[in-house]
Amino acid sequence: MTPLVSLKGLTRDFASGSGFLKPRRVMRAVDDVTLDIPRGSVTGVVGESGCGKSTLGRLVLRLLAATSGSVTYDGADIGSLPPAALRAMRRNMQMVFQDPYSAIDPRYTIGRAVMEPYQVQRIAVLDPKARLAELMAMVGLNPGLAASYPHQLSGGQKQRVGIARALALNPAFLVLDEPTASLDVSIQAQIIGLLEGLQRDLGLTYLFISHDLSLVRYFCDRVVVMYLGRVVEVLPQARATPRHPYARALMNSHFEPDPARRKTVQMLRGVIPSPFNLPPGCAFAARCPAATALCQTDRPALVTGTDGHQIACHHPQG
Amino acid sequence: MSALRFLWGVARTPRGAVSAAVLVLVILCALFAPWLAPYDYAIQNLPGANTSPNAAHWMGTDEFGRDLMSRIIHGARTSLSVAITAIGISVVAGMTLGAMAGYFGGIFDRVVTAVVDLTWSFPEILIALLLIAIIGTGTESIIIAIAIAYLAQFTRLTRAQVMALRSETYVEATVNLGAGHAHVIFRHLLPNAITPVIVAGMLATGDAIILEATLGFFGLGAQPPTPSWGAMMSSGTAQIFIAPWIILFPGAAIAVTVIAINLFGDALIDALDIRNRLREV
Repeated sequence: MTPLVSLKGLTRDFASGSGFLKPRRVMRAVDDVTLDIPRGSVTGVVGESGCGKSTLGRLVLRLLAATSGSVTYDGADIGSLPPAALRAMRRNMQMVFQDPYSAIDPRYTIGRAVMEPYQVQRIAVLDPKARLAELMAMVGLNPGLAASYPHQLSGGQKQRVGIARALALNPAFLVLDEPTASLDVSIQAQIIGLLEGLQRDLGLTYLFISHDLSLVRYFCDRVVVMYLGRVVEVLPQARATPRHPYARALMNSHFEPDPARRKTVQMLRGVIPSPFNLPPGCAFAARCPAATALCQTDRPALVTGTDGHQIACHHPQG
Repeated sequence: MSALRFLWGVARTPRGAVSAAVLVLVILCALFAPWLAPYDYAIQNLPGANTSPNAAHWMGTDEFGRDLMSRIIHGARTSLSVAITAIGISVVAGMTLGAMAGYFGGIFDRVVTAVVDLTWSFPEILIALLLIAIIGTGTESIIIAIAIAYLAQFTRLTRAQVMALRSETYVEATVNLGAGHAHVIFRHLLPNAITPVIVAGMLATGDAIILEATLGFFGLGAQPPTPSWGAMMSSGTAQIFIAPWIILFPGAAIAVTVIAINLFGDALIDALDIRNRLREV
């Protein structure tokens, strides 16, 4: 079956500081990412902050233009779409944002915010009141909140509004950019539960961006591990054991609530290289316990194993 | 409407009540001048020139024997209409320029910012005088001159607001829905940026009344016999020792109106809690 979304060699550079007598420096935020997202799947993207995972999400939705590479949605290259077609395409792919506190215009009522997608897309809704109540019920919000303003809602309620807005246009594909990162743990579980239910009931496809590997392993079908803009490992099943030293370290850093089961955490030593000045070899070599001279000079390619497990490492573990 | 209810709330604070009462009085004078003024503002009566205030002429008469109070009431119409029209044009143009510069950035922003910073570095009166020297005198000219003199202020303020708001997640979220530039600017950025600009515009109206009076004092504004507070003061300078009321009453009218506008604006700033957003420029 053809994948719903397909990324090929996706790369994005950011230029900084081209000022007076100041050289222009280029940072590669996302570097040559190739990835297929199958229909109806939940693909997780993990990595520490600054690894380019949020930029990747924005590239996939073309909120940012790619420096090179392509994003194909259902066979259409969204990078080459004219503005009107891109606008129509946005009905199919939506995003849930990390910070629900600033994701709703403070001057909009909840009802107006949830119905804004129809206004923007110039879609006439036969019975706006009924549709609003339906959308709000879908995300577990009391329709009575429609007349409230965002500052009157809790963080979890605001995130539900964000999800309702994203669902209004009946999209098939959602990018979830750390949708629970700014919420309390108890609320996180509710939002994840809601997203799970919606995915199942509506047959949605998710790209779930998170820094929380244990959450990703719980929620996702497959896991993509990123480090400094590159994909270093793709786990075909969320439960598969990571083999890349970075992915292992990431998994190791997960906090174990049960003290009896806690192990000593293997701390990573060394410095993260500056994204403005990446080393010629493996970007992780400076912090990697298994690094050799080869890793300093040769960048490992992403190799696909027989089981679909992809890894970019000269010395895979286990 | 909530804005009206809000203004009503401000008008019930002590500072707001005093200033609002004065402003309502001045605005009523401006709106209903022909009905409120006891005499025709242009009728001369040379035998009765320079009469001191009395029962028939509460504020006395000027050097042509015209009733001073009638002229001040009509002068309110000139001052307010020039100041409000000029600032209105300035606010609309400044918001458009500032929003576009702040939103699109790039070369357009650099050009706008450079021109705005250049005019910002001169006092408004100098810019207005320069423009009048180019386009000539008269009411339309001073409206244009005052509008351009204050343009920098509103452009800078709007640009700063829009640049701060542009990085809000709800802007990106709206773009992600498929919204175009017009929707983002008019439905999200400007509604969130407009409050401090409106208040700054109100405060600038007070300054514009002074500027209009100054230009009128130089004889550059409304041409006789149309009464203007500034021109009345100017003609009063010649009579300052024989008929000081000719210069005192228009001067008092200017002072009271401008103080009322500033007080009310100040009360608004406090009620809206936007003092630091106005300082952002």
